[in-house]
Amino acid sequence: MANLKELRVRIASVKSTAKITKAMQMVAAAKLRRAQEAAEAARPYSKRMSKVLANLAGGGEPADAPKLMTGTGKDDVHLLVVCTAERGLCGGFNSSIARLARDHARRLLANGKTVKFICVGKKGFDILRREFGDKIIDRVDLRSVKRLGFADADAIGKKVIGLFEDGQFDVCTLFYSEFENVVTQTPQAQQIIPAKPEAMSEGDADEAGSDVLYDYEPSEADILRTLIPRNISVQIFRALLENAASEQGARMSAMDNATRNANDMIDRLTLDYNRQRQAKITTELIEIIAGAEAL
Amino acid sequence: MAFTFELVSPERLLVSREVDSVVVPAAEGELTAMPDHAPTMSALRAGMVTVEAGGDKEEYVVLGGFADIQPESCTILAELASAPGEFDRDILASRIEEARTRLKETSDDDERSELEEILGSLTTLNEQILPA
Repeated sequence: MANLKELRVRIASVKSTAKITKAMQMVAAAKLRRAQEAAEAARPYSKRMSKVLANLAGGGEPADAPKLMTGTGKDDVHLLVVCTAERGLCGGFNSSIARLARDHARRLLANGKTVKFICVGKKGFDILRREFGDKIIDRVDLRSVKRLGFADADAIGKKVIGLFEDGQFDVCTLFYSEFENVVTQTPQAQQIIPAKPEAMSEGDADEAGSDVLYDYEPSEADILRTLIPRNISVQIFRALLENAASEQGARMSAMDNATRNANDMIDRLTLDYNRQRQAKITTELIEIIAGAEAL
Repeated sequence: MAFTFELVSPERLLVSREVDSVVVPAAEGELTAMPDHAPTMSALRAGMVTVEAGGDKEEYVVLGGFADIQPESCTILAELASAPGEFDRDILASRIEEARTRLKETSDDDERSELEEILGSLTTLNEQILPA
């Protein structure tokens, strides 16, 4: 049994841990609000983009639709873009995304496909490196980015499209975590190349599915050629924003749990401490009384 | 008849309101959208979007994007958009610079004419917002 001094030290150390986790929880809460606002602010754009694309797709696919939309006709080489956080201490957030990506990759490998990775965020890279170290072709570091802008997503999008145009892969899937609420974040896999029409029309299908005939200026093919790459960047941007909100949400609940655990531990240790102190006092008293009686 | 104008950039929704007409800098010249316009999908170049509502005029700067015009609405999906007062002139300057250097490097005729067009619209825009 630990002695009184040791217990005092333990209590002090657990108390300071609780203070840190409490502070992290509050920081995460503040950041979560900002991340949520950013995610919400970006929603109209991606929503309208989906609508426009659904409109375009509804008009029948033109014969010379860009490859990004139709695919290469093969599905031999898969590119997995795994978006995770730069920092840990956020519960199962990073590992659940990585697990989803890993299971997906294993399934593909078992089917004899080739798999390549691009890791966005340090944590996913750290986890995936162990199993797929040689398959990670690129990693994107967003640690220096304070406020996620569209330009950051656009850079990743351009990279992906560049690889696609070089014929480096046939199918691209994006892994991220969808923010549902503070306690629930669901890891998601979304195929972005070739673009799946049903993914484009998310819920707007009925609304947008009207058979209006569009005039295109310059031409439909020209518009599609610029719109599709843009859509990929938008999807990545949306994923990154969702991820940012999810990360903060996950960290908030993880830190909340940690604070609660620490407080429980402090209570237990304090009880122990008081008991031992009382036991010591009682022993001392008994000794004094016994001594007095002996006289 | 209600005609809704929406200006959205990837980061946020800038404007969403009822207007009388919108002038957008379409890729092949300015285009005025009014209620009952035929459904049109147009690429945009860098330029000013002018919105007219009840005699009031408002202008916004956009750098590329798309306009989705329908009989009852006009939605602009801009690559970058802002009110002229808030516009960051440095972005424009760096875009012009980028277009110029790429123009120097390229040897492809199609690309050259494309770049010249981009450069033209950027410099015009630059002049337009200079006094602001």
